[in-house]
Amino acid sequence: MKEKRKIGRGVCVIGAGMSKFGMFPDKDSKELFVESFKETVESVDKGFDPNDIDALYLGNFSNDYFVHQGHWAPIIADAIGHTPKPATRTECACAASALAFKEGVFAIASGFYDIVLVGGVEEMSKCNTAEVTEGLAMAAFPSELVAGFTFPGIFGAIGSAYFAKYGCTKEDLFNITIKSHNNAKLNPKAQLPFTIRDMMNQKIAKAKKKGRTVPFWNDEKEFLRDPKANPVVAYPMSLYDCCPISDGASSMILCSEEIARRFTDNPLYVIGIGQGSGGGLQSPTNDNITSLEATRFAAAEAYSMAGLSPKDIQFSEVHDCFSMAEVIDIEDLGFFKHGEAYKAINEGQTKLDGSMPINTSGGLKCKGHPVGATGTGQLHEVWEQLRGEAGERQIPNKDLKIGAAHNLGGTGGTCTFTILERR
Amino acid sequence: MEERTFSDISHGKFLNEDKLMASKCKKCGAVFAPARPICPKCKSQEMEWTPMKGTGKLIAYTCIAVGPPMMIEEGYDRNNPYCSGVVQLDEGPKVCGRIEGVNPKEPETIKVGTPLKVRFLHRGEGENIKTYLAFKPE
Ligand SMILES: [Zn+2]
Repeated sequence: MKEKRKIGRGVCVIGAGMSKFGMFPDKDSKELFVESFKETVESVDKGFDPNDIDALYLGNFSNDYFVHQGHWAPIIADAIGHTPKPATRTECACAASALAFKEGVFAIASGFYDIVLVGGVEEMSKCNTAEVTEGLAMAAFPSELVAGFTFPGIFGAIGSAYFAKYGCTKEDLFNITIKSHNNAKLNPKAQLPFTIRDMMNQKIAKAKKKGRTVPFWNDEKEFLRDPKANPVVAYPMSLYDCCPISDGASSMILCSEEIARRFTDNPLYVIGIGQGSGGGLQSPTNDNITSLEATRFAAAEAYSMAGLSPKDIQFSEVHDCFSMAEVIDIEDLGFFKHGEAYKAINEGQTKLDGSMPINTSGGLKCKGHPVGATGTGQLHEVWEQLRGEAGERQIPNKDLKIGAAHNLGGTGGTCTFTILERR
Repeated sequence: MEERTFSDISHGKFLNEDKLMASKCKKCGAVFAPARPICPKCKSQEMEWTPMKGTGKLIAYTCIAVGPPMMIEEGYDRNNPYCSGVVQLDEGPKVCGRIEGVNPKEPETIKVGTPLKVRFLHRGEGENIKTYLAFKPE
């Protein structure tokens, strides 16, 4: 990096909201975004007039494919009564709304706008699983697709290399799944708000009711080891290593630092923002297949801008589209050394009450992953945690000041890292 | 030989001829497969074709039970998974390919580091011929 990144003027988050994430056959993208927008406006402590929004930045990956409709920025602008003011769509696969957030920050930092709405939406469940898998695969590299790779396969392959290099096993990843489900149970917005134990009990009850052989598992790990309960999708990724198919929307209001306290006494300051790109499994600029160059670059930029190091981050949302992704994310972000994250996970360090809580929302795995809505959805969790509004899943015993979110698109083709501060 | 541009289409044409070709940067000597027109290491645009021996080792793999339509059409499914992998060629580049001659039903038996040799899987005929890169243990 040539010199420290800086922005023209300070930018704050003054409001945040999200729809519930899940599969909603009776809701479309407009309705989901309106749900998120209403909550976002209501979240502004001292009140907010939506007429003050200068521009909208909207992340959406591929509603074009999922519901055969493109050009979503003006559709959403129309739905929330924002027309004729500008509306711009950002697309970087699953990192689409982190990029909307970044564009919003730049627009305010430059002095061009004072107040912007940023967010994202995706409507995936109108397609069946095979169609969604094919739609998501459009974010991979052509060279990966001709070799038969799917996304679970790509992160499975990264897992195979990580296992061989560091001695991690499939069993070690179970602790990520168990932790994500435990956190999601405490999140009213989550798509899968139940623990693995709850799921086991549900399956037992169902078998009893239907007069089938009642399954038995000693513990959660035995359940996750059972190929009937947890079938392989792409070895070493099984069903419970993968995020679900989701619909949902999320949004935030950003404004310049000078006016933020007009709206709230508790704004969050955007102190670090980074973005990188990567060449996928074949990338000639990435020598290490168990690490994503785009995450490393994004993190270095954001830390440099914030004047912080990884140890200053108190908690983080990271892009766990697959359990294996969470492992390499938290290493590439510098929270743990390469090859050591899985040990830290086994020790419980990434749990809600651990030394470095990761994905307190339940992560993509359990909160859900409506791809275009995920980036600002992750930042919504950072917003709630930093402001002490996370309810039952509030990180205990810490005076939270600094939190972050890492968003990833494709095979690490796009990665972002965003650091927020409460002052 | 005709002059071919350093592109994915040329890469595909060479595969149809059972050749795995790379581009070599005339300035810094870095080798890229599939061929690329611009060197990401030194940004030079001076490239030349160089043949790969077709040998390398497996650096990452997965056995896929739920595949894309292309693989389902070839008869792969949950009961008949297939293996895809990343192979580091002896000349340096990493390439994605299908991995044959292994047992995808027992993925733990497949080992990272296994030496592999290239195979060319031809599909379709005449104008519609398409060749997929594959590798098999030596
Ligand atoms: Zn070069």
